[in-house]
This record gives sequence, structure tokens and C-alpha cells, in this order.
Amino acid sequence: MPKQIILAAHFPGVNNTTVWSDPRSGSQIEFDSFEHLARTAERGKFDFFFLAEGLRLREQRGLIHDLDVVGRPDTLTVLTALAAITTHLGLAGTLNATFHEPYELARQLATLDHLSGGRAAWNVVTSHGGFFGENFRRGGFLDHADRYVRAGEFIEAARTLWDTDGGDFAIDSSQFGIKGRFGVPRSPQGHPVVLQAGDSAAGRDLAARHADAIFSRHHKLEDAQQFYRDVKGRLPAYGRDVDSLKIIPGVSYVLGDTDADAQEKAHYIRRQQVTPQTAILLLEQLWNQDLSSYDPEGPLPAADPVLDEDDTIIKGRAGMFPDRLKTATEWRALAEAKKLSIRDLVIEVTGRQNFIGTPARVAALLDEYVQTDACDGFILVSHLTPGGLDDFVDQVVPLLQERGVFRTEYESTTLRGNLGLRQPEGR
Amino acid sequence: MTVQIAVALDDRSFAASHWAGAARLADEARLDFVTFDDRFGRPGPDAVLVASYVAPLTRHIGLIPVATTTHTEPFHLSTALATLDYVSHGRAGWQVRVSADPAEADLLGRRAPLGFDELFAEARDAVEVVRRLWDSWAEDAIIKDVPTGRFIDRDRLHYIDFAGAYFAVKGPSIVPRPPQGQPVIAALTHEARVWENLDADVYFVTPSDVDSAAKIVRQLPAGKKVFADLVAFLDPDQETAIRRRGSVTSDAAVFAGTPAQLADLIAGWAPAGIAGVRLRPGTPDDLTAITRDLVPVLRERGLFTPSTATTLRERLGLPVAVNRYSPESAHA
Ligand SMILES: Cc1cc2nc3c(=O)[nH]c(=O)nc-3n(C[C@H](O)[C@H](O)[C@H](O)COP(=O)(O)O)c2cc1C
Repeated sequence: MPKQIILAAHFPGVNNTTVWSDPRSGSQIEFDSFEHLARTAERGKFDFFFLAEGLRLREQRGLIHDLDVVGRPDTLTVLTALAAITTHLGLAGTLNATFHEPYELARQLATLDHLSGGRAAWNVVTSHGGFFGENFRRGGFLDHADRYVRAGEFIEAARTLWDTDGGDFAIDSSQFGIKGRFGVPRSPQGHPVVLQAGDSAAGRDLAARHADAIFSRHHKLEDAQQFYRDVKGRLPAYGRDVDSLKIIPGVSYVLGDTDADAQEKAHYIRRQQVTPQTAILLLEQLWNQDLSSYDPEGPLPAADPVLDEDDTIIKGRAGMFPDRLKTATEWRALAEAKKLSIRDLVIEVTGRQNFIGTPARVAALLDEYVQTDACDGFILVSHLTPGGLDDFVDQVVPLLQERGVFRTEYESTTLRGNLGLRQPEGR
Repeated sequence: MTVQIAVALDDRSFAASHWAGAARLADEARLDFVTFDDRFGRPGPDAVLVASYVAPLTRHIGLIPVATTTHTEPFHLSTALATLDYVSHGRAGWQVRVSADPAEADLLGRRAPLGFDELFAEARDAVEVVRRLWDSWAEDAIIKDVPTGRFIDRDRLHYIDFAGAYFAVKGPSIVPRPPQGQPVIAALTHEARVWENLDADVYFVTPSDVDSAAKIVRQLPAGKKVFADLVAFLDPDQETAIRRRGSVTSDAAVFAGTPAQLADLIAGWAPAGIAGVRLRPGTPDDLTAITRDLVPVLRERGLFTPSTATTLRERLGLPVAVNRYSPESAHA
């Protein structure tokens, strides 16, 4: 039997993926939107519904970023409401380990696992910098290394609590000194599914040690295969087998009646995603300086980016450019070679659409990725909320089912069961 | 004279069907709201999440979970309750609680237990922050202005810049202003002095009779909605109810008797200036007795009329929540 594909639906909360100017774009906050996407995903027999998290509105040049969709509900609250109107769909929430506390979060996740009958998942992130801290008691800031120490100890603490089955615990680690009784009986999955997002070596090790799945941003075939080998290669050191950790990149797609039609649509969508204003702001994120006087239809700045990672022009978003100078040189060369304006260059280099074509072509590509170990499945990010998944479910899912690589009925009522993950034994 | 009827659920079940069943009973009986008890340090599910779970399964009833201010983040509380307001289409509330329990402090491990006065001072700050965050987006902040490429008008979003003794919060919220503008804030008050500085909309109080109810109402700030708490054991015959009550004691008065007798008692308390009663079912079965047996009696006697309001604020007759950051409120 060929490898089975994991599918999840992302409800994008911030960034320029969602084309809000499209008349078909619905509310980013009304529950009806969440309900529509979740019901569509469940109709398509998807494994889970996925939410990212941000704990402060992004800022650029010291101002609240106003071009992208913004404003989103609290993750656990909306997932628990979705639990009431779905029956099999997993419910995955991104919740960072820096501004939550283990007792409270473990209890909330176990509550969701109970109320959903075993469908809860936690995507562990560490968040970036002290910017979020200004909204929390903790305030301030943990540096990169300490954030992963805390995240690792946080997951261990949560697992200890879930294992007590309503009993006593005492945890004494570098980050946490807590004790008492965990007032929650063991939940249907034992432990809610744990996902991890974060790409550094420390992040990958955390995943190899603790996670059931990774939400990755590696979505180009060879890059994804390399990431897959790297991460799966880290598993034996922790006594784990390769199937115990699923790798699921976030990807987008565009469907058309013909491949050319899909390409044309994709091009149109990219131009809507990268408006002239957005083009300048995205360029500023690499150059790390105010470029508001530049013409988006004109050439790139001749000067080099400003290198000050402690004071970046954008706040509230993970650093995307490990080597600014190198990237800027590449971008300039590309713009010159292809005679691209700022906007066209930004469209070219930030291209997110991975799977473009007829439903048959997209189904074949997705299958190829999974069979060649670029990943174990996909978190689909569509450019329209909440109706953007409808076409995929109606047109691509049946083809995947015909290929024998995607379920026609849910195997299980729990997310662990559907993902083929082991049930933790408890202590 | 009509009164409003609420029920307090303090069950500790983790079964989804239990909560769906209880909330639907109360919803179908058209009770005004239900509260969900919670405490970190006792067995039971997270009450905000339970309220969120039942929201799509109910249509009318207000949903008021308990959440403590002692060990939680006001930012998380504000966004969770705003979200409850979205998923319930304007039926959300919050019963504020503090935790003086040292065992609860150990569960969180962040700091030593606070003293009595500090707990309440912190709760006041938390309520202030939560309310400011709800106000931090103007209702019309989302503009979707295609020519300028702007999704929001950032001038209609506000930093709350709260700095207090226990925490500082910058804002704005990540959640747009909730449907009610401000969900309803409630607090259980045994001693008026404890909570009188807290900016609550609704007080739950525990009078022993109509006179003590009237006295409590006079002590609380004007304009607040006061609900008298009553533990209820209801049976078709009084002896059974009294037997079931046994030797139960409570901070609230404990009633045991027939639906008609409870209706008499409620009618007797109504003139004290209370907005209504919050019934605490003696056992889960008493919730069924309240919705099935008591409510028809109350309706027959004209003591209770189901509200046609769609939001909890409207249902309680609370004033429209004015946004403190809006230009209109600056002129007010
Ligand atoms: C695919 C992906 C998704 C992420 N999603 C979030 C998110 O929703 N919220 C958040 O605060 N951080 C998010 N992060 C940030 C990570 O948690 C982490 O802070 C960041 O990537 C820096 O760690 P690293 O150097 O290990 O990558 C995400 C990271 C990746 C790679």
C-alpha cells in the first residue's frame, strides 16, 4: 500500500496569503467562517483543522501593520466551539510555550481533548522576542536558547500532568517549580497530539525528542526532502522510529480547468497578495529600513540592508532572513537578470504557491511529494477564507482517494487514531 | 413583577454530552443565563472552554463562565471571553473570581500567595485591563479599503498602555471588539466592601431572606443588577425534597420543597430590588426540575417571561457599552 497522505486545513489569521479584497472573502472573525472551513475539512475527511497564534499585532516602522488581514479569535476557545459542531476532525491550536503556564495549558488542552472525544492537538511554538512580552506578566524576553529550554520542559511538564490521571505531581526543573493535584482524568488520547513549528537545530531537536508532528515551512521538493531526512535522522538518538513523527509543511495551491488557466489564476492571485504597498513593506523586512519613498514599480535599493537583528523594522514576526546581505545580493542579481521591478521581484521571491494546475496535476504532485519522502502530508493554506477549500475538497480529494492515498472514511474517532500515532501508555 | 432566572452549574463532569444536555435544558426553558463554576485547584474542566463548547448548541441563553484573575493572564482572559462572545453571537459573560488558596498558587508556581487586599486590588486591575482590551478596537476598525490597500484603519485601534502594581499590558487586543462591545462582568459578593470598587455589571449575593436581600441591594453601587443565589432541592412533595437536602449547608440559603413553594419564595424576594435569582441545583436532577417543573409555574404566575433580547447585555437591561476610545465617548 502506498503511503497515506495527511491533510489539514489552515485558517490564516495574519499575513498576506488571504486576498481580503476579493468579494468572496468572508469574515476573519465571525464564527460562521470557522464553522464553514471546519465543516468543509470534515466533509473532505481531513485529519485536522489548524490555527496559528500571535499574541500581539504586528508592527512595522513602529506602526501597527494595516495591510493584511488581522484580528483573530482566541485559539482554544474557538477550537472548543468547533468541537461541538464536528465529529471526527482534529483540532490543532498553536499555543506558545513562553507566555502560557503548564498547569493551565495542560488543563485546557485536556478539557478540549475530553470535550472533543480525543481530537485535540497542540502546536508548540516559542514566539519571537520580547515584543509579545509587553502584553504579559512575564514581560521581557527569553533569548532563543532559553525559549527552547522552556518549551522542552513545558512539554515534559504537560505530559507529566496528563499522565497523573487526576493525581498528584511535583515538577522541579530549571523553568518550573510546581506541585499539587492535576484535576483532570486521563483524556481520550492520553496526550493531545503535539506538533512543533520552528526550524533551527534546537527546534528540530525539540521536535525529534517530543513531537508527534512538525508544521514546517519547507515546501520545495528537494529542500523538503532534505529537511525530512534531517529531522527523521534525529529520531533514533531519542529511541524513536521514523513513523512516530509526521512532517507536514504548510502549502498553498491553485486549481484551474487547464494547467495554463491555473498558472494565470496563480499569477493574478500573487498580484493581489502583493499589492504595491505590500511589496514595499516586504522589501523593508529584508532591508530592515524605511523604504517608503521607493517606487514599487521601480528598481531595488542600491544600498545594503541594515544589519541589526536586535532592532528589526518588523515586530511580531519570526526572522525570515538568516543572512540579509547574501539574500539582498541574490535578489538584486535576479531583478537585474529578469528586469524586475520591486513588486515583481517580491512576487517572484516570496512565491508561496506550490501546487498549481488542474485537479489531476495537483493530486499527482501531492502524491509524489509524499511518496518520495518530501513530507507525510500537507497543511493547506488557501487564499480565500472561508470558502477557499471548497474546490479542493470537491475536486482534488476524490482523485487522491482514487489513487488510494487518502481515506474515504475516518479510521478512528481520535486524531491520534487517524494519524496512525501510538497512544501514550501513561505511568 | 417579573424576575430573571439563572442557574449555576458547578458540575465537574468531563463528558461533552453532560454539558450539552444541561445547557440545552436551560436554553429550551428560556432561562436568562447559566454560570459555569471553576477553580484551578479542584477537579473539573476549564469553564470558559465548557461555555464555548455549548455556545453553538444553544440559541438564547447567556453563558457566564468563572475565571480567576489570580493566576491567569488578563490578556488571555480578554481574548478568550471576546471569542466566547463571537461564538455565542453576543451571549458571553465572565464571573470574576480570586484565589486565596495557597495550594492553587503551588499549581502555577509563579509566586507566593497574595494577601487578601492584594487579591482584590489585582482583580480590579485585571477587570480594567480586560475591559480596555475589549475597547481597543473601534467597532468599525476593519475598513477593507482597496485603493489604499488597508485592511484596518490603524487609527481606530488603541494601545491600552496599562501599568499597575501586578502587571503591565500594552495592547491592543488581537481580537476585534466583540459583538456586545463588552461581555457582561459578574462577581459573587458575600461582603459588599470586597467588590464594590470592582467594575462589575452583575452581582450574585447570598441573602437569607427578603430583608437581607434588600439590605445588600442598598449597599451595592447603584445601577448594578443583583441576583440572589439560592440552592434548590425541588420535588413534587416537600418531604422528599427535605430528605434529599439532608444536612447540606451552603453560603447561600438552601431551599427544599415543591416548585409552587419555590415560586412563592421568589415572589416574596422580588420586591427587595433584585433583578432575579440564580438557582444552584442541589443535584444535577434539580436542573431538570427547575426547567421542567418550576419554570411553567413561574410563567403561569407572571413571575418570569422569556426575554426576546438577542444579546446578554440587552437581556439584562444593561446600558450599551460605550467604547472609551471612541470620539463619541470623549464628548460624553
Ligand atoms: C512553520 C512555522 C510556523 C510558525 N508559527 C508560529 C505561530 O503561529 N506563532 C508564533 O508565535 N510563532 C510561530 N513560529 C515561530 C517559532 O515558534 C519560532 O519562534 C521561530 O521559528 C524561531 O525559532 P527557530 O529559530 O527554531 O525557527 C512558527 C515557525 C515556523 C517555522
